Amino acid sequence: MIICLDLSYRKNSLGLDEFVAPIAAIVKRMGKEARIMHHSGAGAEETADAEAIILCGTALKDNVYAGRMGQFAWLCGCRLPVLGICAGMQVLSLIYGGRLENNCEIGSTGVEVVTPDPIFLGKDRFQVYELHTFACTVPADFDTLAISEKCVQAIRHWEKPVYGVMFHPEVRNEWVVERFLGKWED
Amino acid sequence: MLCSGGKDSIYAASIAMQKEEVVCLVSVVSQNEYSYMFHTPNISLVPLQAEAAGLPLISIHTEGEKEKELDDLECALSQARERFGIEGVVSGAIMSIYQASRLQRICRDLDMWCFNPLWYADQEEYMASLIGRGFSVLITGVFSAPFDESWLGRRIDRETLEALKAVAARYRITLTGEGGEFETFVLDAPFFTRKIVVESASVTYRNYRGVYRIEKARLVEK
Repeated sequence: MIICLDLSYRKNSLGLDEFVAPIAAIVKRMGKEARIMHHSGAGAEETADAEAIILCGTALKDNVYAGRMGQFAWLCGCRLPVLGICAGMQVLSLIYGGRLENNCEIGSTGVEVVTPDPIFLGKDRFQVYELHTFACTVPADFDTLAISEKCVQAIRHWEKPVYGVMFHPEVRNEWVVERFLGKWED
Repeated sequence: MLCSGGKDSIYAASIAMQKEEVVCLVSVVSQNEYSYMFHTPNISLVPLQAEAAGLPLISIHTEGEKEKELDDLECALSQARERFGIEGVVSGAIMSIYQASRLQRICRDLDMWCFNPLWYADQEEYMASLIGRGFSVLITGVFSAPFDESWLGRRIDRETLEALKAVAARYRITLTGEGGEFETFVLDAPFFTRKIVVESASVTYRNYRGVYRIEKARLVEK
C-alpha cells in the first residue's frame, strides 16, 4: 500500500482532485493500493503499514504547508521510501534543514540530469511541467540529481530512500513515479 | 467557474460545488474559430445553462487574437471579483498544458486561486461518471478522423462511450476529446434545476470536420 499524502491547506479541498488523485491513479495503474491521507492526520504510526509515501503537490496559491513544519517532522525519522513532489520536495528540504526561495514558475521547462541515479537512467534531458511559487535549497544530506535553468529539480538523500522532485511527474512524466515505486519492489 | 458549455467545465463545476461555493459562471466568446483557449460550438448557449443552474453569468466577447484573448479573460475574472467577490477560478482543463498554464498565470497575476479538478483524471472513470451521474451531453462538433456526420448531435450514453473507446484505442486520441477531436454541449446536469431541450439544430460537415449548431433551445422542468 502506498500513501499519497495530501499537503493542501485543508482536508478534501479541490487540491486533492488536482494534485493527489492523479498520483493515486498512477499507483493504482501499477497494481498497487493507494491510500490518500491528509497531512494533518499523518504520522509514523498512521503510515507504519505503508510500502512508501508520496508527498503530493498543492495549488499554486496554497503554500500553507510551509508554515506547518511541526506536522511533518516525523518524516525525518521515517525509514520508508519517500517521494516529495513540488510542495512535497519543499517540505523535505525544510525538515532536513534547507530553505525556500521565491521562484514562481508555471508551464513547461527543460530538465538536465546531473547525477546518475536509477530513477533517471537513460533520461539525460527531458521536458517537465512546473507549477510552484517557491524553489528550495538542497539540504546538507542530499545530492542534487537534476536541475533546470532556474532551480534544482530533483534531490536524493545520501543514505535514506528519500527523493524530491520540483516538477509535477503526473503530467507527462508518470515514469518518475513508476520508477520510484518499482525501485523498492525487490 | 470558467464555462465553455462543454462536458468538462460543467462536470468540474459539479465537483467544485461539493467543496466550495460556486457563485457565478464566466464565459469567453471567441470570434476566432481556431482559438486554442476558448472556441467551442454553441458557446452562445451558455446563458441558458447559467439560467438552468440558477447562477449569474459574466460573458465577454474577444476577437480571439492569440495572447490578447488572455487579457480579455483577465478582465472577465476581474469583473467577477468586483461583482461577486470571487476568490478563485475553477476550470475543466484535463490535460492541456497550454490552457492550464495560461489560466494559472492569469490567476497568479490576479492573486486568485486556480483549480482544475479534472486535471489528469482517469478518463474512463470520468466519462463513466458523467453518464452515471446523469449529465446529458451532446456531441456538437467533430474535428478529426474517423468521426463522420453520424456523431453530430449524438448523446454521450453507454453505447456512445463504448464507440468512443473503440475510436480512442484505434486512432490514438483521448477518450475525452482532449486534443479537440470532438466538442460537446451539456443539456442537463445534477445541479441544474431545469434542463435544456433542443428545438432545432443545423449540421454542417465536410472532411471529418463538422458542427451541430443548436439554433433554438429552451428550458423545461426536470
